[in-house]
Amino acid sequence: MIYLQLFLSYLKIGFFGFGGGYAMISLISNEIVTQRGWLTETQLSDIVAVSQMTPGPIAINCATYVGYTVTGSVFGSLLATFACCLPPLTIMLAMTIFYVKIKDNKYMHSAMTWMRPALVGLIAAAAVMFVNKESFFHWSSIIICIVSFVAVWKKVNPILVMFAAGVVGIILYT
Amino acid sequence: MKILLELFWVFLKIGAFTLGSGYAIVPVIEREIVDKRHWFEREDFLNQFTLAQSAPGPFSLNTAVFVGYRMKGFRGSLISVLALVIPSFVIILLIAMFLEGFRENLYVNAAFKALRPCVVGLIAVPCIKMLINMNIWQILLGLAALFLISFTGISPIYILVFGAILGIFLCYIGEKRGLEQ
Repeated sequence: MIYLQLFLSYLKIGFFGFGGGYAMISLISNEIVTQRGWLTETQLSDIVAVSQMTPGPIAINCATYVGYTVTGSVFGSLLATFACCLPPLTIMLAMTIFYVKIKDNKYMHSAMTWMRPALVGLIAAAAVMFVNKESFFHWSSIIICIVSFVAVWKKVNPILVMFAAGVVGIILYT
Repeated sequence: MKILLELFWVFLKIGAFTLGSGYAIVPVIEREIVDKRHWFEREDFLNQFTLAQSAPGPFSLNTAVFVGYRMKGFRGSLISVLALVIPSFVIILLIAMFLEGFRENLYVNAAFKALRPCVVGLIAVPCIKMLINMNIWQILLGLAALFLISFTGISPIYILVFGAILGIFLCYIGEKRGLEQ
């Protein structure tokens, strides 16, 4: 039963995964943490961290990780990854086939323009969700957050920033 | 057959070696597809890529779909997507299976304690960058979306659907006015 639920949840996440990686975190959180209660916010936060630090699209990495963590099996992991890819694959195929017809469609452009503020809200909500007592357990956490923000803003490679943060963590908290 | 193999190889490389997501991968894909293999004219590729951003899901996945399809039809897109996903799947699965055993490890634990606030900072960057390019109504809609998702537990799906419908409605109003004038 959990496999069917996981499959459906990830179909939904894939279908509405506009804006890619970060925007999808809010969808994953709503489906997997809030509605199903399969993971805690901190678990999801750690999965996002690992997904960002390893090669490949964040959304796919997350799906594989969440699928494995929730079911404890390779099959669950495969199922979540497949379900996450299926809607984008189908929709993008249709868009490629009808490319000439839709590329200058005003309605689609307008819909995308007004979806963008909603996406900002989704990404912001993901950040806000990870601001909790477990993530910010020490005053140094605030400094790590601000320094990471400024570094990535100034175009330092995010992966580098994360590895640096990891090293800082090992120095500070052991 | 040769092209299918080549598609597989190109997207396997992209899946295995591109860290991070979103716009960071654009130049990598462009180099492989346009500069090295001349599968697409640059403008054609960038136009298609703009369309790929309108579809749901990771950009790299959508790119794999359209490049694969244009080169070798339905089979081409399947092979490309498969190749893109394999490295992610294998690497993450290994981490999920074996790293969990290290979770109680003092050092791994300490690293994650610093990574959590770092992730917050990382996510905030694209958010603020998108925000400063918006008009007041779009900013208000964004804030409303944030508030609703964070404090009412409403599914973000409704917010996205609302945004899309609003866009279509505003476009319709705009067209109607244009016709009347």
